[in-house]
Amino acid sequence: MRKKEVLPGFGLSLGYTIFYLSLIVLLPLSAAFFKAGELTWPRFLAAVTSPRVLASFRLSFGAALGAALLNAVFGLLVAWVLVRYRFFGKRLVDALVDLPFALPTSVAGIALTAVYARNGWIGRLLEPHGIKVAFTPLGVMVALTFIGLPFVVRTVQPILEDLDADFERAAATLGASRWQTFVRVIFPEIAPALLTGFALAFARGLGEYGSVVFISGNMPMRTEIIPLLIITKLEQYDYRGATAIAVAMLAASLALLLLINTLQRWTAARSAA
Amino acid sequence: MIRRLFLIGAALAFLVLFLFVPLAAIFAEAFRRGAGAYFASFRDPDALSAIRLTLLAAAIAVPLNLVFGVAAAWAIAKFDFAGKSLLTSLIDLPFAVSPVVSGLIYVLLFGAQSWLGPWLSAHHIKIIFAVPGIVLATLFVTFPFVARELIPLMQSQGRDEEIAAVSLGASGWQTFLRVTLPNVKWGLLYGVILCNARAMGEFGAVSVVSGHIRGETTTLPLHVEILYNEYNFVAAFAVASLLALLALVTLGLKSFVEWRMNP
Repeated sequence: MRKKEVLPGFGLSLGYTIFYLSLIVLLPLSAAFFKAGELTWPRFLAAVTSPRVLASFRLSFGAALGAALLNAVFGLLVAWVLVRYRFFGKRLVDALVDLPFALPTSVAGIALTAVYARNGWIGRLLEPHGIKVAFTPLGVMVALTFIGLPFVVRTVQPILEDLDADFERAAATLGASRWQTFVRVIFPEIAPALLTGFALAFARGLGEYGSVVFISGNMPMRTEIIPLLIITKLEQYDYRGATAIAVAMLAASLALLLLINTLQRWTAARSAA
Repeated sequence: MIRRLFLIGAALAFLVLFLFVPLAAIFAEAFRRGAGAYFASFRDPDALSAIRLTLLAAAIAVPLNLVFGVAAAWAIAKFDFAGKSLLTSLIDLPFAVSPVVSGLIYVLLFGAQSWLGPWLSAHHIKIIFAVPGIVLATLFVTFPFVARELIPLMQSQGRDEEIAAVSLGASGWQTFLRVTLPNVKWGLLYGVILCNARAMGEFGAVSVVSGHIRGETTTLPLHVEILYNEYNFVAAFAVASLLALLALVTLGLKSFVEWRMNP
């Protein structure tokens, strides 16, 4: 133990790390919990269970879940295609998968609205079939699908790349069909990563604001997401109401973070084994 | 062969619907009234001030989080201590928090109704609905980027090289600059690129603390929102196209650095 302290700078670097972390992250975050502490328990419950708040929780959870599921299916497909096949423009496609990480969310929001509005490039094609995307809960899901797109691809892709082809050959030699090989041999290997990517996309979707507010139309009880409701309460100077919802959301985020950390350890243990 | 074409086709169709068409739409909408109207959008003094504020916020947030990232990675990767995994998880915390909540916590801390509010206004210090609030919110959302790139990289490299340098008589700074830094420079750059993209592009957190005062507290992503809500679509998409270009440059640099790290 003492031998490791040959290197200098432990006190300084750890001290600064803890100081800066407390100043920028921990102290401000605790402010939210102190503010919520001003509310009595029944008033806190009343603030987070009003019909309008419950409707926004339902929408945010539902749309984030739907978007994460869509991303789980198609993200796996995109990762599979990028790892297993060669095609023209593959490197460009691979790089562009990260676009939702790099594009400011307000830009994504207005672009998706323009495309999926009634007169937009895609909205125009859906309109005759009676499918409305912009200004409906479906629009919220479209925006959250965009925002969550890279997560599943980027968690599954490295696992697929490292997958030992011998197992697949062995399965094929033993008479398994391609589909059986996928379900019985490949899928169990990538399942932890897929679940991690799904959870990451879901967590991101739950808190997302910028890309959603333009396409959702922001109608209370119908297309109002939780983060928007927090902003609305703030603009009405209802700081306690805003904080109560924020603390409920923080609790959900922290629970998800814990789950994701566990999943990531599982993934790491699986790929090390 | 048919299965292959079907799978590639389905994957690309998904990406086209959700990624490529929206990206193309930004530029199509921006140039809808021709190049003249497009470039006129950038002569607006409010747009110029938004560019300045965006650059300022990134110029403060990126170096501060860079120094923090290096310090945190040095402590976590090169030493053993109790509570290390807790510390590593806490560093990732801002990623788990909704952007809106990230802005809200600073309003609760420094806003007019907060405990500090009366003291701040007595001393004429404005943080919320002013530039310092925007910088603080940007610092918070970009906090983990450099640290989370450097920590696993420096952990995987171990401490043998540094111990060798120190036992040969190098000082701590010499060891860091001549041994550690060359080993992690691409990882460091990678973290800085992602940190900068988020700093310039953050919307939700900044939106809560900004107050949307035109020409004073609007960054580029907020300026896009203001123009759009005024139905000034060409200008909104013109400014958006600038941010989209920035995102594409970010992705290009990122791919280059990835290629340098794993050739």
